[in-house]
Amino acid sequence: MSRWPMPSGCCSAARTAEVPTMSAVPQPLGPQAHGASPRRVGWRLPRAWVPYVLLSPFLLLFAVFGVFPLVFSLWLAFQSWEPTSGLASMRFVGLENFVFALQDEWFWKSLGNTGWLALVSGVPQHLVAIPLACFIHAALRRSRNAMVGAYFVPYITSTVAIAILFSSLFSTDYGLINAALGVLLPGDPVDWLNDPQRIKPAIALIVFWRYVGFNLVLYLAALQTIPKDLYEAAKMDGASQLQQFFYITLPSLKPMIFFGVTLSVIGGLQLFEEPFILTGGRGGSDQAGMTTAIYLYRMAFDFNDFGAASAMSWLLFVLVVALTWLTHRAFNPRRKAD
Amino acid sequence: MGLQQKGGGALRAWAALCLLALAALPVQAQRTLTVAAFPSVDEIIRAAAPAWKALHPDVQLKVVSRQFADHHTAMTTALSTASNLPDVMALEVGYVGRFAQGGGLDDLSAPPFGLKSEAKRYVPFALAQGSNRHGAVVAAPTDIGPGTLLYRADLLARSGLAEAELTQSWGSYVAAGLKIKAATGAYLMAHARDMKDIVIRTGLRPGEGLYFDGESRVLVSSPRFVRAFELAREVRRQKLDARVIAWSNEWAEGFKRGTIATQMSGAWLAGHLNHWLAPSTAGAWRAAQLPEGAFVAYGGTFLAVPRGVPPAQKALAWDLIRLLTLERGMQLAAFKAQDAFPALLETFEDPFFGQPIAFLGGQPARLLWRDAARRIQAVAVHKQDAFADEVINTELDKVLDRGKDIHVALADAERLLQRRAHR
Repeated sequence: MSRWPMPSGCCSAARTAEVPTMSAVPQPLGPQAHGASPRRVGWRLPRAWVPYVLLSPFLLLFAVFGVFPLVFSLWLAFQSWEPTSGLASMRFVGLENFVFALQDEWFWKSLGNTGWLALVSGVPQHLVAIPLACFIHAALRRSRNAMVGAYFVPYITSTVAIAILFSSLFSTDYGLINAALGVLLPGDPVDWLNDPQRIKPAIALIVFWRYVGFNLVLYLAALQTIPKDLYEAAKMDGASQLQQFFYITLPSLKPMIFFGVTLSVIGGLQLFEEPFILTGGRGGSDQAGMTTAIYLYRMAFDFNDFGAASAMSWLLFVLVVALTWLTHRAFNPRRKAD
Repeated sequence: MGLQQKGGGALRAWAALCLLALAALPVQAQRTLTVAAFPSVDEIIRAAAPAWKALHPDVQLKVVSRQFADHHTAMTTALSTASNLPDVMALEVGYVGRFAQGGGLDDLSAPPFGLKSEAKRYVPFALAQGSNRHGAVVAAPTDIGPGTLLYRADLLARSGLAEAELTQSWGSYVAAGLKIKAATGAYLMAHARDMKDIVIRTGLRPGEGLYFDGESRVLVSSPRFVRAFELAREVRRQKLDARVIAWSNEWAEGFKRGTIATQMSGAWLAGHLNHWLAPSTAGAWRAAQLPEGAFVAYGGTFLAVPRGVPPAQKALAWDLIRLLTLERGMQLAAFKAQDAFPALLETFEDPFFGQPIAFLGGQPARLLWRDAARRIQAVAVHKQDAFADEVINTELDKVLDRGKDIHVALADAERLLQRRAHR
């Protein structure tokens, strides 16, 4: 059997020629060939096992660090547990943790914060990255890589370094941002990191700044796959630059937009590091910068409630799946084509 | 052939050595006492290594050090899974309350530990902090943090104020703040929250918790919370606080630049100011008792033995705890080197307490702190204290920043805490 698909009716001679080729694979020689006794020389791995053995290092690591924590957190979601008393102190409580989570004001507040940050930091990433990618694709040649690299640097920089840098920039009395604002708009300095009204925009700005370069790279890659013929034909038909963008570029980018938005939705709903470091791990005044990921971490490690934290993490998972499905419904190009 | 024989002999000798080493491994493992700690405490334990060596020459002392938060997270994980447990763990007082609620720590007042007969040698409130509601002492105090008011004497002098005007009452403290602001432009305190933190800790009945009573009833609507919120609101209205949170960059800069005139904290803050926060302000600071005769504790370190430690190690673990907490020389050495205020009462008469502190303009402030340490009352802890602290700070922010009514704010906090009280 051929390993690669082959058009039917094509090269029948070649196909028949496969048979001797396949049988030419060295096979263990039978006892008759040697004229020796049928005694096996050593243990041989059954052929069917080989892929699994080769995959086993990954499978083992995935089972330990991927599957086990998932199963354990699902188990924990139905338990009441005082962690410092050890595993034996777990007590089954049914759906109590889920009921508690759904009635918890701070859980809903954290979901609200998460949604706000995902939207305000996520949407502009794409609204800026798409035209920027088009500009770089069309206008830059020699400096393109340097420009893309500059936008990509925040993405590969340590989150801790970024958060510390922005903590200094956003400092009320000694920060560069307030110093600049003081020159342009004299008045009381803005308390970026302690005022509940300001902390969210500050976090959203950092997240936007960090991930816009990543999306830029995605859209640049997609732009390079659009045939130039389409643009030439459009030009000959008298289409303007704007019409080319809306009728050729944007529809062609749709699969990549779907991919990018899906990543933004998932990443936005799991936002943790930037607000965690920027707010000293507490979520800020009035928990205005506390995302759901931070809250469930705090529930477990600050407030010792691992059961409720696990239940919340599964509720968040359901939300991520639902929103990803909605994104799929909204952007999936195949569905539209059907 | 000869070479072969030589090679064979060497091989046999090598194999014998390996076998010996393997045989010795378990013995070696038993002769190590592992202590998990966080910065400063780890230095104190390392400094005790020579004394430990003299006590147990055959037992190696191994210190595993992590950053403060990482250490406590690691200890939570170790206790929850009963794996990778140290023989002795250092715990900050805020975590002792939480850990004491579970059954993961040994009662040091029961055999094979000998704390029961030594209990009276510790500062009473600290020993009570290390005990759970069943009376078991799950952690032995090694250092304490008597609360104090640190103030800038130079700013006070420029404002024409005396120390007594700061400490007489909370009202006089706020009034002094107005004069300081008018004369020097400096803020009275870093954050109004600092004042609330002290006031809610004053006037507690013996055995009463900060946020919950013994039956987990929520106490946040009590007069001490109302007064704390009112005082904090007054401070904010008069713009007497710099609105900066402790340990932030602005907080440190405020000390360096002299824009914060006073700070209520543990006695250990004088050491931090001297060593890294604001060393250039040496001589300008003084220490006083907290306003209105308040005596509260800020921080403190404890040593505990996990229940899962092998029985053979427990006696050794107690020997180390005894060395670090009940040996006068060790306690004083830690005090001198790391500003770790002793939890051992018999050190209190040492001449070191009367020595002047250069950073505080030569003031013998340790005598002041010693007096405070003797008068601090223990506060009963509740497993939801960390959450309650967060809720109260949130409601205070709403009062200060958005003008929320104090009674409504406290009622909202009470409602939130009632849902958690029995979890």
